[in-house]
Amino acid sequence: MHNVVATVIAAASSVNLRKGLAELGSGLAYGLAALGPGIGIGIIFGQAVSAIARQPETAGAVRSLAFIGFALAEALALIGFVVFVLLKYTG
Amino acid sequence: MMLAGISFPPIAEVLNWRPIAFAGTPYMFNKIAVLTLASAAITLVLFWLAGRRAELVPHGLQNLVESAVEFVRNTIVLDVMGPEGLAWLPWLVGLFFFILFNNLFEVVPFIQMPATARTSVTIPLAVISYVTFIAVGIRRQGFVHYFRSALVPRGVPAVLLILLVPIELLSTFIVRPFALAIRLFGNMLAGHLLLITFAVISEALFVKSIALVALPLPAAMLVVVTGYEIFVGFLQAFIFTILTAVYIGEAMGAEH
Repeated sequence: MHNVVATVIAAASSVNLRKGLAELGSGLAYGLAALGPGIGIGIIFGQAVSAIARQPETAGAVRSLAFIGFALAEALALIGFVVFVLLKYTG
Repeated sequence: MMLAGISFPPIAEVLNWRPIAFAGTPYMFNKIAVLTLASAAITLVLFWLAGRRAELVPHGLQNLVESAVEFVRNTIVLDVMGPEGLAWLPWLVGLFFFILFNNLFEVVPFIQMPATARTSVTIPLAVISYVTFIAVGIRRQGFVHYFRSALVPRGVPAVLLILLVPIELLSTFIVRPFALAIRLFGNMLAGHLLLITFAVISEALFVKSIALVALPLPAAMLVVVTGYEIFVGFLQAFIFTILTAVYIGEAMGAEH
């Protein structure tokens, strides 16, 4: 019993609050940042598929626009990934 | 770092590059500098070889390079900027191929590092595009008229302008260069880290013979992710170039 308490106190006093918060924040940053773009990319390509299905002759233009929209939406998720790397390895 | 009996090298090894020459000075030369110079050199040599004895009916290398230029000309310049954008075609082709070869270095054996996974490469490219589209706007439309047409959208009631102009200012002149740089950097860094992860797992399993039964899984993922990274390399080069073209086209004339 005395040993357990001593261990817990030693662990609690050696914990680094700043580092712990940085690790937690880094995980949350990317997880939350990936939610919106996931839905957005699904909407973009779903609309692109139904546009090509309605009018196959516009397939080239629709495909270019779909890829542009995909890259713009993915950029937001990747900014979250960059925040993750920054917090975990330099925060 | 040890995880499940497999040791991973610390990730900081990927982020710090050994200097090859001029260490300690601002002109420090490392592998990334070699890769960017190599990419520029390959682009120049490729186009010089293709155009050296130009024939009316192209064969071979000239055919390949001409079809790539046609792709940039039709999809990026004509669709986005219209015929007056053709003056920008040489620069956009060079930009596209420079970023493309830098991205493709990620999957070449023994090189295996996309030079665009360093912000020191993507930030100057984004700054060049940023300064270019602002300069084109100011030159074409005059200083005051360009900022008025960029910041104040048509047909908006005057009451909303107090809210809308700061939003447009932020989105056009502050977020755009950052987004250009970070989009390319984030895509390439994420792909590079994925490839490293699967390669390290495959190598560690290969060395420990009992876990060899699980080897096909990370090795298969490595092959799949390599193919995906080639696609992402093309896509990100295309996106950077077409967004630069969109911004220049927007700055050239809001009248059409």
